[in-house]
Amino acid sequence: MRALARRCTFPLVVIGLLLAFPLATTGFYLEFTSKVMILAIFALSLELLVGATGLVSLGHAAFYGIAAYATVLLSPKFGAANLFWLLPAAIGCAALYALFVGALSLRTRGVYFIMVTLAFAQMAYYVFHDTKLGGGTDGIYLNFKPEVVLLGARLVDLGKPAVFYYFVLACLISVFALLAVLLESRFGRVLAGIRSNEQRMRAAGFATFPYKWAAFTLAGALAGLAGFLVAIKDGFVNPEMLSWHESGAVLLMLILGGMGRLSGAVLGAFAFALLQLFFQWEVVFGNFSKHWPLLLGGTIILCVAFMPNGLIGVPAQWRAWRARRRPEAARG
Amino acid sequence: MAEGNAPLLRARGATRRFGGLTAVSDVALDLAEGEIHAVIGTNGAGKSTLINVLSGEIAITAGSVELLGQDVTRWSQPRRARAGLGRSYQRTTIFPRFTVFENCRLTAQATRQMPWNWWTAASACPLSTTLAREALDRTGLAGLADRTAGLLSHGEKRQLEIAMCVATRPRVLLLDEPLAGMGAEETERMLSLLSGLKEGHAILLVEHDMDAVFRVSDRITVMVNGAVIASDLPAVVRADPEVQLAYLGEVHV
Repeated sequence: MRALARRCTFPLVVIGLLLAFPLATTGFYLEFTSKVMILAIFALSLELLVGATGLVSLGHAAFYGIAAYATVLLSPKFGAANLFWLLPAAIGCAALYALFVGALSLRTRGVYFIMVTLAFAQMAYYVFHDTKLGGGTDGIYLNFKPEVVLLGARLVDLGKPAVFYYFVLACLISVFALLAVLLESRFGRVLAGIRSNEQRMRAAGFATFPYKWAAFTLAGALAGLAGFLVAIKDGFVNPEMLSWHESGAVLLMLILGGMGRLSGAVLGAFAFALLQLFFQWEVVFGNFSKHWPLLLGGTIILCVAFMPNGLIGVPAQWRAWRARRRPEAARG
Repeated sequence: MAEGNAPLLRARGATRRFGGLTAVSDVALDLAEGEIHAVIGTNGAGKSTLINVLSGEIAITAGSVELLGQDVTRWSQPRRARAGLGRSYQRTTIFPRFTVFENCRLTAQATRQMPWNWWTAASACPLSTTLAREALDRTGLAGLADRTAGLLSHGEKRQLEIAMCVATRPRVLLLDEPLAGMGAEETERMLSLLSGLKEGHAILLVEHDMDAVFRVSDRITVMVNGAVIASDLPAVVRADPEVQLAYLGEVHV
């Protein structure tokens, strides 16, 4: 009971703060936080692969970008689509590509898996980059945000920033809860077993490929949810959403936050976005703020060096450090 | 072997080639319930490859494998495992960061996987928790159930690996050097564990410790360069001049 309470405290505090946030602010910070929560969903989807199953993918942005393009391309040119079919359709497109990529890439392991997932993502990137399908390098605009219409009644207006904010927050909580339950289930334990020792899993009688394939497809679908949300938020998509920079960034969020824990992915997304915002701040960095990637990269290198288990591992690291320094005090 | 007692595992003409090298050559083997069947031979004789071929970890080049009367020659390793074939590895193969109990519970879950059930906690799975508890009782690890597996002693880890096999309710156990690296006391404990497992299981034991092999085995097969040169009761094998020349002679001069 106490362990459960301790495990739930941090997520509940974060949810409380996020729920109250729109009461305190509007405008830029609200939109910024919406964006970060979308990134957190994206990071959670990758955590299912990297942290839970031990599959390091460097092509995760493909699913994010494909769902974003699907959102725009499937929306009618003159009028709004209904969210209740557009959302499943966008997620479905991402899941379908993940099903295909997973079927081929999961036959490889380790560094080969990284390269194959990257190759499939770059393939998707160049389809949008070099063809007129999605407006080429310029990208394409979403003219009307989807409506939330059920049985003829308009429920909410996603065009209002606060409404959209709460919609994203609801998605984030749902994804987090889904994964938390999933990872404790029989299916989730098999993924943990595959991460720890796939050979033993096969010897025990688990055909591991279908499990990995299902996890890969689900991760692609959840990345698709993030892509759908970002397309609605920005009202614009371009090929850069599928590029390897984006795949690398989401992997960095996991590393920064700490792998193997769902909270780590959320924390990593927030830390990454805040650091990026901070280093772009001209008041502090003046002209040098143009070179923000340099500062961000350096900071991440330092973080990895001093926090091997990520931000989520800092409390444990701190306790271990205290225990080493003062064994008596730590025990009492 | 008791006459009329059909073997649980039967291999005929089992052959595995790696390019020009024949690691396992035309091996015939029967494993019967209630017996420990030891396979001995010098390093590189093909013992581990034989286990890999029988368990389906690597494909067989020629020959056939029958498990409980079914032809499993073309079956994958997980499918053979679900049909009742458990194995241990020469290098300890466990889940080091899980508890001892969860190590056994997870392998036991393979018997009834229910992967579509995403809403029930695995720790509430009645079948796998029962099987895990039984396996820990049977292997004498019940007292260590809540310990982290990676922090066990070497001997306890080897015991755990066998418990993880037992938890899947196999009929045939293929054990690859379960005594490797063990002290005298640990060896004794493992040997009594193996004798206790004879009931209900057919056991294939690959082992280098000759004293142990002759003490616990009911039948011994000797391999040289991938081929079987003798397969009989321990006393007969010990007296076989060809075996003495090829293998025992090198060790026990």
